[in-house]
Amino acid sequence: MKARITRKSLYSWGSAVLLVLLLALLPLYGAVYTMILVTSIIMYAALTVSWVVFSGPTGQVSLAPAAFMGIGIYTAASLGKFLPLPLVILVAAAGSLCLALLVGALTLRLKGLYFSIFTFGLVLLLRQLVLWYEVRFTHTRGRFVVVIDNTTIFYVMLAIFVVLLITAYLLRQSKYGAALEAIGEDEEAAAHSGVNVTAVKTITFGVSALFMGATGAIMATKWTYIDPYIAFDPFFSFMPVLMAVFGGMATFFGPILGAAVFGLLEELLLTQFPFYYMLMFGIILVVAITYLPNGLTGLVMKWRKGGRTANHANS
Amino acid sequence: MIVAILDVVVAGLLLGGIYALISVGLSLQYGVARVFNVAHGEFMMLGALSTWSLNQAFGMNPIIAMAICGPVAFAIGYVLHRTLFKRLRRVSPSIGAFEGSSMLASFGLLFIIQNVANLIWGTQTKAYTFMAYPVSIFGALFAANRLVTLAFAVAFGIVFYLFLVRTRLGKAIRAAAQDPSTAALMGVNINQVLALCFGFGALMAGLGGLLVSMSYPMQTTMGLEYTIITIIVVALGGMGSIPGSFIGGFLLGLIGSIVTKIEPGLSLAAYYVLFMLLLWIKPTGIMGK
Repeated sequence: MKARITRKSLYSWGSAVLLVLLLALLPLYGAVYTMILVTSIIMYAALTVSWVVFSGPTGQVSLAPAAFMGIGIYTAASLGKFLPLPLVILVAAAGSLCLALLVGALTLRLKGLYFSIFTFGLVLLLRQLVLWYEVRFTHTRGRFVVVIDNTTIFYVMLAIFVVLLITAYLLRQSKYGAALEAIGEDEEAAAHSGVNVTAVKTITFGVSALFMGATGAIMATKWTYIDPYIAFDPFFSFMPVLMAVFGGMATFFGPILGAAVFGLLEELLLTQFPFYYMLMFGIILVVAITYLPNGLTGLVMKWRKGGRTANHANS
Repeated sequence: MIVAILDVVVAGLLLGGIYALISVGLSLQYGVARVFNVAHGEFMMLGALSTWSLNQAFGMNPIIAMAICGPVAFAIGYVLHRTLFKRLRRVSPSIGAFEGSSMLASFGLLFIIQNVANLIWGTQTKAYTFMAYPVSIFGALFAANRLVTLAFAVAFGIVFYLFLVRTRLGKAIRAAAQDPSTAALMGVNINQVLALCFGFGALMAGLGGLLVSMSYPMQTTMGLEYTIITIIVVALGGMGSIPGSFIGGFLLGLIGSIVTKIEPGLSLAAYYVLFMLLLWIKPTGIMGK
């Protein structure tokens, strides 16, 4: 599965660079509406790719994205007035990283589903704690976020995404990536081969959380008003999972494809038929898990090569 | 002072009875069928809102509604396992893979059920009144409907426990919980037993929802919080143990009642801290092996 410098990897890098270039020039040729839409697709892609960084190789389904994103959102809401934007994003990323390291060290030794439940509970816990704090001490429910123009949001989001892609790639190529893959295949065997399982998992979990926090911080400026229910919305925990499962996790583009499909669907359906959108979301999730264990890209690969196994999100 | 303490304790036990009943359902679904059913609370919501509809449309007594909601919930659970989870079980390479994918599938179910319910019932909060008169227990006053709720929850729990311990089918279920493949070799129709377990789980969630609807207002989004509570109760009591679920349910009810008395905004946080401590100290739960 390791991609050395081959014609194939050159090909996929070439298309990645081309895609980023096309996106970077979007504000020059696209309408504002397109740009806003693409921003939200990149947001989903960033969440999904950073989810896959940890949960793809280890097979441990993390449902914490909404928690880390919420941290980012609240950082932007509370510090946005005092600090310049890059600093806010750095603080948000650092905050998410710290929380992830703490949670990871506490819970990553848990086997299988307890970890998923624990991370999901984290979202609800943070939501309740923030709500309690706001009502009790600031006597408000929500906060206003400093508004930033759409082009800046777009470029910052794109920059975060590009840094994420490079980090994800380097991580996968490094010895940590190899260790992570070994852990996913057999944790005990990896431990016996000298891999510090908890440390590798915790650090990777932290890296994945860092980008979710940064994503939350920049996207908060787009929403202008937030409260604990908006910031810590469990939906943002499920979206990355669904997009990754739907798109397929074995390839680089799978999660991005999944994010693009759902970003568009959301745009088309969410405002007019919210219940139908969520209903469809559920149906696609069930169907994708039952009939597309390797996602859309897996399906295409199978069709082209006549069957090749790939990673599951679930071990 | 005594009355105030009794007040909190009895309120906790009343709440705990419901928690216990629903948790027995999830304990069965995860302990035997290995499906970590995150949509468990949604079956509860369906039970509660269906009871409300029956009550509004026909003025039906919720206790009679049990005879309708129970079998329907059971049938939905049974069919779901027969179709969706059976297939997932067949295609999964390992039991771990099955647990992961069935959990994700149940998240899908959560969205499906909740939004179908949104389309049917809308998002407003609903309530009906049933036996809403006070009863005095050692000087503290409680609504009669909450006592009825507790009595039924405990009765269902005992009946199901006896069913598991005393009947042939109960024995087959316990065998399947211990070792599905060996049970299958001994002539247990494993797919049938697992589907029945899933159905029983849905049945308990549905009845739990019905009991909740007697004394609490309800809306389509109520399920998730109960699911989280249920998961904590099951982890607390020990996976697959019915007495464990009851102990865990009452314990959590008590803690919830005490915390709510002191700081109402933090009950969920208290449950979560408890869960965290538990996973640290005894990950198998109180009655777990």
